[in-house]
Amino acid sequence: MDNKTGLYICTGCGIGEAIDADRLIDIANEDFSPSICKTHSCLCSPEGVESVKADIDAGSVNKVGIAACSSRVMYDVFDFTIPTERINIREQVAWSQPPADRENIEDDDTQMMAEDYIRMGLAKTDNVLPLEPFKSEAEYAEAILVVGGGITGMSAAIDASRAGYPVVLVEKADELGGWALKLYKKPSPPPHYTKISDPGVKELVEDVAKASNIKVYTGAVIKEISGAPCMFDVTIQKGTETHDERIGAIVLATGAVPYDASKLGHLGYGNIPNVIDHEQFEAMAKKGAINRPSDNKRAGCIAFIQCAGSRDEDHLNYCSATCCVESLKQAKIFKELNPDGQVYVLYKDIRAHGHYELLYKEMQNKGVIFIKGDIDSISENGSGGIKIDTKDFLSQTDITLDMLDLVVLATGMVPTTSIEIETEKNQEEDNSEKTDAPAKDAPLENMATGKIIASNILNLNYRQGPELPELKYGFPDSHFICFPYETRRTGIYAAGSVRAPMDISQAIDDAGGAALKAIQCVELSKKGLAVHPRANDISYPDFDMSRCTQCKRCTEECPFGAINEDEKLNPLPNPTRCRRCGICMGACPERIISFKNYSVPLVGNMLKAINVPEEFDEKPRILILACENDAYPALDMVGINRLQLSPWIRVISVRCLGSMNLIWIADSLSAGIDGVLLLGCKHGDDYQCHFIQGSTLADIRLSKISETLDRLALESERVRMLEVSITDFDKLPGMIKDFEDTLEELGPNPMKGF
Amino acid sequence: MPNQKAAQEAILVVGAGMSGLTAAIEAAEVGKEVYIVEKEPFLGGRVAQMNQYFPKLCSPDCGLEINYRRIKANPRIHILTMAQVSKIDGKDGDYNVSIKVMPRYVNERCTACGECANACTVEIDNKFNFGLNKIKAAYLPHAFAFPLRYIIDPLLINTENAKEVEKACKYKAIELDMKEKEISINVGAVIWATGWSPYDASKIMFYGAGSHENVLTNIQFERFASNSGHTRGKIIKPSDGGVVNSVAFVQCAGSRDENHLPYCSRVCCLATLKQAMYVREQYPNAEISIFYIDIRALGRFEDFYNKVKQDDKIRFIKGKVAKIEEDKATKELTLRVEDQETQRIINKKADLVVLATGMVPNTATDKIPADIQYDENGFVINDPLKTGIYGAGCIKKPADVAVSVQDATNAAMKAIQSTARR
Repeated sequence: MDNKTGLYICTGCGIGEAIDADRLIDIANEDFSPSICKTHSCLCSPEGVESVKADIDAGSVNKVGIAACSSRVMYDVFDFTIPTERINIREQVAWSQPPADRENIEDDDTQMMAEDYIRMGLAKTDNVLPLEPFKSEAEYAEAILVVGGGITGMSAAIDASRAGYPVVLVEKADELGGWALKLYKKPSPPPHYTKISDPGVKELVEDVAKASNIKVYTGAVIKEISGAPCMFDVTIQKGTETHDERIGAIVLATGAVPYDASKLGHLGYGNIPNVIDHEQFEAMAKKGAINRPSDNKRAGCIAFIQCAGSRDEDHLNYCSATCCVESLKQAKIFKELNPDGQVYVLYKDIRAHGHYELLYKEMQNKGVIFIKGDIDSISENGSGGIKIDTKDFLSQTDITLDMLDLVVLATGMVPTTSIEIETEKNQEEDNSEKTDAPAKDAPLENMATGKIIASNILNLNYRQGPELPELKYGFPDSHFICFPYETRRTGIYAAGSVRAPMDISQAIDDAGGAALKAIQCVELSKKGLAVHPRANDISYPDFDMSRCTQCKRCTEECPFGAINEDEKLNPLPNPTRCRRCGICMGACPERIISFKNYSVPLVGNMLKAINVPEEFDEKPRILILACENDAYPALDMVGINRLQLSPWIRVISVRCLGSMNLIWIADSLSAGIDGVLLLGCKHGDDYQCHFIQGSTLADIRLSKISETLDRLALESERVRMLEVSITDFDKLPGMIKDFEDTLEELGPNPMKGF
Repeated sequence: MPNQKAAQEAILVVGAGMSGLTAAIEAAEVGKEVYIVEKEPFLGGRVAQMNQYFPKLCSPDCGLEINYRRIKANPRIHILTMAQVSKIDGKDGDYNVSIKVMPRYVNERCTACGECANACTVEIDNKFNFGLNKIKAAYLPHAFAFPLRYIIDPLLINTENAKEVEKACKYKAIELDMKEKEISINVGAVIWATGWSPYDASKIMFYGAGSHENVLTNIQFERFASNSGHTRGKIIKPSDGGVVNSVAFVQCAGSRDENHLPYCSRVCCLATLKQAMYVREQYPNAEISIFYIDIRALGRFEDFYNKVKQDDKIRFIKGKVAKIEEDKATKELTLRVEDQETQRIINKKADLVVLATGMVPNTATDKIPADIQYDENGFVINDPLKTGIYGAGCIKKPADVAVSVQDATNAAMKAIQSTARR
C-alpha cells in the first residue's frame, strides 16, 4: 500500500502562539512527502474534524497524523477508520516550553522540539501498517472449565452457565461440595450478621444439577491442559478413563486446606488428645455434641487459640483472614449446644472485620472471655483437662487457665497451589533439567517466571511450567490492588481461597468475578482482541521465523507464558494468550518480533528522525523512552500544570519499558543523541508494572548493555533508567535536569557528526 | 448509539468510583452496552482524592489511568457526568430509568486550555481538597480529571464576570444558558455503586474535629499528603503551616462504637499504617503514635503491618482515646487515653491528630429509587431472589479497593445474567 499521509496541525490551545506552525509544514514537506499538510485553529472542533474526514472520504489520504494535543484526550474525536498517529505538541511542547522566539526561529529550542515531533510522528506514520485482528483456523470454544467443585467452583460454574456459557466442572472428590462439606454452619449472609446458618452446599449442588449446560466430572482430575484461550485442549482423567474437552477459559477454584496442625506440637496438637483444630470441631458439631476426644465426656470449658500457625514466622507469615470469625462462630455453636459452657479465646488481634464485629460483640455479651496474649505453655493437668499458661497483655499479669476440657486451634489456610506434588512427569523433568548444561549467554534466568510450584492441579503444557506462577506464599494472587483478577496466565483466573485467604461469602463474590473474567476473555479472544490491560487492542506480534536463532529469550521472558517451544526450540506464539505488551520484542536480539503498529524498526526510525545539532551548537539531545501507562501521562501532567520541561528532551512512548529493545539505545548513541532516559514503573516486590516484569526486565537488560557501552568507550552514564509514578509530575523536571547535569559533565556525545 | 438488541441488553451503572468504573468496564469488555451515571463532573470517585493505596504505596491514578484507557478503547461505554438517577421503573431485564443531568455550562467543545479560568475573577471553595483552599469558579476539577474538561460553578452564572469568561473561550465551549435536563434510557439491569462517605467526626464528642485546628480526619489528611493537594503534598500543621514533630492516629474514630457505627469499617487500620508511612517519608524523626483496639491487617496485609512495626519511632498503643484537648495558644493537642497494657491514663501530646474515621454507605442517606432492602445502617442487602438491581462495593459492606473491585466484577456478572434472561 502506498502511503498517502495527511498531516493536520492544530494551532489552538496556545500551540499557534508557542510555535510557528507554518514552518512545521515546511519541515514535513522537506523531510517527508505527506499528501496533505494543513493547519487548523481548532482541529478538535466539529469543523476541524470534518476537514480531516473529508480528505479521508475523498481518498486523498490513507493515514493521518494529528499534531495537536496528547493522545490521552480527544480520543473519541480523532477516531478515524484509517491509521491515525497522534503527535503531542500541546501538553509536551506548547504547555511545557517557553514560546518560540519568532525573531530567531531557526535556532529556537521550542520550535526545534515541535519540528522533531513532526518528523518522529511522520516517521512512525510511514511505518505503520493497517491492523487486522488475529484469527486462527482452529475451532474456537466458549465453554468455561471450572477446576474444583467446592462452594467457589460451583458458584463460578452456575454464574457462567446463567450468563449463557457452557461449563465443564471438574472435582477431584467423588461428590461436589469441597471444604464446606466438612462444615456444620457458616456465618449468615447479611443482614443476619450475628446468626449462623447452613453452609449451603446442598442448594448449590442442586443448582448445578438443574443447569442444562454444566457438565460435571467428579472423581476426576486434570491430566493436561494445552493450547490457549478459546483453544484450550483439556484432558480429564476420571479413574482409568480420559475425556477430552475443548475449552474457552478457565476458573481455578481448588481452594485451600487447613495448615497441618501436626506441625503445632508446641500448642499441644498430637501430644494432648483434647487439643483439636477447627476442622475437628466442625465434625463434632455435626454430630451434635462437643465432647473431649480422650473420654467422650461433654466439654464444659473450652479455649480457642488464635493464629495457630498464622502470623508466625515459623509457620505462615500471613494472616489467614478467616480464623477469628471461624472461632467466633464456633464459640457461638458451642454456646448454643452448651449454654452454661465457658469459652476463652486467646488472641493477638480479633480481626472480626466489617459486620463480623457484631458477632464479636455478641460473643462478648454472651460471656466469652477474650485474652490477648501469647501461650507460654500448654499441658495436661492429669485429670483429662488441659492447663494453659499465658500472659495477659492487657493486665500484664500471668494467667493460668486450668481445667479446660478442650482446646481448639484456629489453624490457618494453605492454598492448594502451594503444595508440591510429585508426579511421574515432574520427576522426569527434574531429572532432565539437571543434566542440561547451562546455555552460554542464557536468557534472563527465571526473571519472568514467578515461582511455579508443581501442585499437579492444572498441568499446563506451557513452556514456563505447569501451574499458575505464585505471587507469595503459594497464592497465585494478583499483585494489583485495582485489578485483583489480573493473571499471569491469560484466560485462567483463580478464585476463592486458592487466590487469597478469604471466607465463604467473599469467595462466592470472587467466583462471580472470576467467571466474568473468563467469559470476557472468551468474548475478546473470539474477536482477536487483547484482554486487560490493553483490552480491545487489535494488534498482535508477528514472528519472522526464518531469522530466529532459538535463543529462547522470548519464551522465557514473556511474563504471561504466552510462547511455547517446539522440539527444535523454535518459539510457538499463542496469540490468544498474548497481552500485546511487546516484552518479547524487547527481548529478541534478532529483532524478528513486530507488531504492525509497533516494532523495532518503527521506533528506530522515529528516533533516527530526531535532528541532532552539531556539537558546537551546544544543544544536547536526550531521548526519553516513557512507559505509556504511567510515565507518559506524568509528562503530560507537567504540561497540564504548566510546569517547564527540559528543551533537550524528545519523548517516545512505549507500550511497556520491557518492550525496549537495546538496539534503540545503540542507535540513539550512534546518531549522536547525548543521553537516553528510560522512564518506567516501579519494580521489585511492590512492582507497579502493568505487565508484571516489564520494568524489571528493562533494568536487567540495561545492566547488560552498560558493560558493552563501557567497552566501546561510550560512557554508560549516558543511559539512565528511573522509576516514575504517574503522579510524579512535580518531580519529573528535576529528575530530567539531574540527568542533563550528568550529561553536561560528560560533554557531548563523541559520536556526534559521525 | 447501540443497535436495538444491544440496547435492550444494556446495563446502567450508577456511580463511577472504583466499584462503578470496574462494573461498567468489565461488563462492556464482555460486549455489553453500558451507561455510567456519575454525580460529580469527573470519574474516579473517592479514590481520586487519595494520595496512595495500601499496602504498595502506589498512586490510585495509576489504576484509574488504565481504567480510563479501557474506556477510551471501548465505544460501548456511555458516560453521563453531573447526573443522578431520579426514577427506576420496570423489572429485571427491562427497566426505564430517568436521569437528571445538571448543567456544566461547558460543552464537549472544551479543550481544557484554561482561558476561562484565566478570565475568571470569582473564587469558590475547592471541593476536591475538601474546601481547604480556593479555586476559580471556572475550573478543571483536578489536573487528572477524566473527562479532562472544565466546569463553571453556578455561583459564576449571572455575575458580571460570567460574560467575560464566556468571551475568553475561543472554542464556543461555554454555554451560560445551559439548563438541567432529564433523559430516560432503557436497560436490562442496574448496578448501584454510589460508594461511601467518611463518618462525620464532629459527632464524636471530645475529639474536637472541626474545632481543634490540628485535628484532621484521615480523608482530609490524604489531601495534605498529595502533591495535587493544597499544600502540594507537604504535611504541615494546619494551624500555622509549621512542621510536624509528632502525630497521633486515633483508630476506630466512630467505628466499633455503638453510639456511632457499630461495625468495623475494615480499611482504617491499613489506612493509618499507610499514612504513618507518609509522615515517615517526610519526617524521618517524627514521633508517631497509633491508638488502636485491634490491628486488623487481614491476609497478606500482615506483611505491611510487620514492615510498619519495624519502625521504632512508631508506637502502637492499645487503648481508645477518650478526649483530645487543644492548647488555645500553641494549638498543641493532648490526647487522653487509657493505655490498656499498663492500665494507666496517659496524656499524649501531639502536633497533629489524624482521626481514622469509618465508612458510611451513601445509601444510608441517598436511597435507590426502587424496592431495595437495607440493613439498619443503610447498607444494601442484595436479595438473591430479587434480581435486576444490584448493589456493589461499599454500599454493601465496608471494603478496601481490591474487595470493592471483586464485588463490582461479581455485580457485573449478575447484571449480565439479568440481560441474558431477557
